[in-house]
Amino acid sequence: MYDVVVIGGGPAGMAAAIKAKELGLNVLLLDENDYLGGILPQCIHPGFGIHYFREELTGPEFAHRLKERLKELRVKVKGNARVLSIENYSDLEKVVTFVSPEGIFDVRTKTIIYAAGARERHAFEIGIVGDRVAGIYTAGEAQTLMDIYGIMPGKEIVIVGSGDVGLIMARRFALEGARVKAVIELMPYPGGLARNIMILRDFNIPLYLSHKVVEVRGRGRVKRVKVVKVDENLRETGEEFWISCDTLIISAGLIPNVKLLKEVGVEIDPATGGPVVNDRLETSVPGIFVAGNALVINDLVDYVAEQGELAAEGAKEFVENEGIGTKRWIRLKRGQNVRLLAPHYLSGERDVWIYARVSKPMENVAVEFPEIGKRIRLPVVKPAEMLRIRLRKKEIARAKGAITMEVVPL
Amino acid sequence: MKKLRIAIIGAGITGASIARVLSRYENLEVHLIDKNPDVGWGVSKANTAIIHGGYDDDPDKYPVRARLCVRGNRLWHQWVKELEIPHVWNGALVVALKEEDFDELEKLLERGRRNGVPEMRIVEGEELFRLEPGLTKEALGALWVPIVGQIGPISAVIAIAENAVANGVKTHLETEVTGIRVERGEVKGVETNEGFIKADIVINAAGLYADEIARMVGVDYFEIHPRKGEYWIFDEGIPGPRRVLFPTPTPISKGIVVTTEISGHLMIGPNAQDLPAEEKDNLATTREGLEEVWEGAKKLWPNLPPRDKVIRTFTGLRPEPTGGDFIIKAEEVWGFINVAGIRSPGLTSAPAIAYEVVEIIRRDLGIELVEKKKWNPYRRDITHFFALPREKANEFIKRNPAYGRIVCRCNKVSEGDVLEAIERMKFLAIKTPSVDSVKFRTKATTGTCQGSFCRPRIIQILAREYGVEPWQVTLKGKGSEIGIGDVKVLLRREA
Repeated sequence: MYDVVVIGGGPAGMAAAIKAKELGLNVLLLDENDYLGGILPQCIHPGFGIHYFREELTGPEFAHRLKERLKELRVKVKGNARVLSIENYSDLEKVVTFVSPEGIFDVRTKTIIYAAGARERHAFEIGIVGDRVAGIYTAGEAQTLMDIYGIMPGKEIVIVGSGDVGLIMARRFALEGARVKAVIELMPYPGGLARNIMILRDFNIPLYLSHKVVEVRGRGRVKRVKVVKVDENLRETGEEFWISCDTLIISAGLIPNVKLLKEVGVEIDPATGGPVVNDRLETSVPGIFVAGNALVINDLVDYVAEQGELAAEGAKEFVENEGIGTKRWIRLKRGQNVRLLAPHYLSGERDVWIYARVSKPMENVAVEFPEIGKRIRLPVVKPAEMLRIRLRKKEIARAKGAITMEVVPL
Repeated sequence: MKKLRIAIIGAGITGASIARVLSRYENLEVHLIDKNPDVGWGVSKANTAIIHGGYDDDPDKYPVRARLCVRGNRLWHQWVKELEIPHVWNGALVVALKEEDFDELEKLLERGRRNGVPEMRIVEGEELFRLEPGLTKEALGALWVPIVGQIGPISAVIAIAENAVANGVKTHLETEVTGIRVERGEVKGVETNEGFIKADIVINAAGLYADEIARMVGVDYFEIHPRKGEYWIFDEGIPGPRRVLFPTPTPISKGIVVTTEISGHLMIGPNAQDLPAEEKDNLATTREGLEEVWEGAKKLWPNLPPRDKVIRTFTGLRPEPTGGDFIIKAEEVWGFINVAGIRSPGLTSAPAIAYEVVEIIRRDLGIELVEKKKWNPYRRDITHFFALPREKANEFIKRNPAYGRIVCRCNKVSEGDVLEAIERMKFLAIKTPSVDSVKFRTKATTGTCQGSFCRPRIIQILAREYGVEPWQVTLKGKGSEIGIGDVKVLLRREA
């Protein structure tokens, strides 16, 4: 029986497997691809690792470092292994069933670290109608086509969504000689990190805020898309125009991959789309931990890797004590202008990182935890940039009941 | 024995069914022709997938429809088994929401009896909600039609075409008919973009284009106009009805259906919008149409999920003929048989239409048909990894490790499934590799993520197996290529 089976060989899973091994646990890492790294190998741009490795790396470089460490530690890795189901025989025994080119196998384990990442929202989910033609890709799919398989999807590009992936793909297309005709953003503010919004200026790409793509027309291939303006309540104003293009890229947000967790009965937080977790990143099913984008959509891979390590520490504690021994969990609640947060329960036995996102951008604010009298001033908050805030053990200890996190104007 | 050559124009459910039934005869050489790259890509591709009960076609107004629907329903019971076509016989409820609706239900009941469908009755109260617990509480009663079923319509066309080819039928795909040669009042063959195909009998099963084909031999007494219907399909895990739910029908349409389609997804649609005859390729979804479907479906099934649980919307076109009835007959030009205006319930009627055509060949053209000594009625379904019990799956993997490599996460489709699909595509002589051809055979790309993970992998496999560059692989045939070249093509100023 394994101490921990890690599902997913992206940055969260690899970091979790490394840490678990370092902590002396008997680990198996499963990944469905024939290469490790998750989406990192297709992220050939820099900007990875500034916190985690203290230097700026590309995605493949970041993945490479983790892979080397896995090798050094002789962590057992199984590629081409797609998990079919997770069964919770008891709090202390789980069975993971996976299929691989060698057959279908069951492995028994005390704990699971689930790090299966996220999926992208697609054109149908955001209500785009019209002809069903080639040339409509999610940003991640376009990235896979270009940077894993060397395929150029098209030459006149419209991008839906100004989140990081959309902006990075705008640059990627421009660098390969395509004409990026517009980035269309539903919200009145851009969705990406400041450093990625610069891309638009660098490449002279028009950004339409408070607009959405509603219709695609073409025969065989995308020919043009209809864009409408929306008001502050995101209602369509009737002001509309067409852009001709041969490719439409959808970058409309990510959704944690939690299907297998749902099947085993894990409670899901509708705000994050990921599981409800405590400060060891343990889900509502004891012994199942979660990290990375399967937990909450992160904007930095560094946080993803950090969550992997944290989950591994949780697994270690679980294996040693046959469970997480916390007697009392303090609920962390969302207050004003907090769209989502994780973890949801705090033990008060340790310092924790809170990952959170605001609903709307604000300047000159305080992040407040009124029940414990904690306040942090920030010059600016944006939905695109995850807040990562440390709560000290002794601060949490002040709480009598739940703790609220809110973002208020100063 | 001199063989009679038969050209069937249109490899949809009707054309393929005719081909299968004609493949039984020793003295026929059957050619199945379609302009699309694959079979079933016209009207057959996008519809409600229902095997109707045969009660709602008025035998006075639409005698052919009324007769063939009932017979088709009975035949499907046999065909789905012989051909391993995914199906379910779950029955339908035609729901009354107002007192007046009962008059209509009584009419349907009476019509059903006349058409030869005795197994129906009106249900109310507790029994109604036992049959369908999620039905709107506003429902006053319903006509219960247990013999209604559902199949995968495109799976059915593929299965039938595969069986036909196994029995000697030759397919001509991406072959567009441009003319029909007639000499001294007899057909001699069809002219196509791929050359002349000699034929003694030409069967026009061209769906939306059947009027244009008929005009090629001077038959112009009917016109086909497209009737557009739009649909929503929702993510897995959203509870849908057990039965097919119809509203009480109107004179123009059977109404907006709520159903759990064969793969387990809640599906709603269609509305009915008549388009001019020249819009036979207008397959665009519209917001107005989808909205109409949503409102209509909500009346029967109030528990519709949030809009972001939609995984697909699509449009289907039904070929609506002048007069409204199926046009199945031998025309003045000897050897030319029209099988036109096959609108709903065309899917249900297809096997019966095929036997009707045999009858026409025999009776009206006076051709004696000689049965083959060995005709194979069976066809094995493609392997679906997701449907294999564990021991079986392990056997498959041992034989070919590709069955252990999962390509489509959402629907657990293995590389082995995809390779088998490609083998079968080649068996039907499909020339242009497309993701949709793999999709319709394996269900890859039809899950929650709609292919953003697996499409690039499928493209690689298709490129390898067809020996083309990956960017030349198409989504749905020529003109829908995945890319414009390799990633440096624009920098070299080649595209």
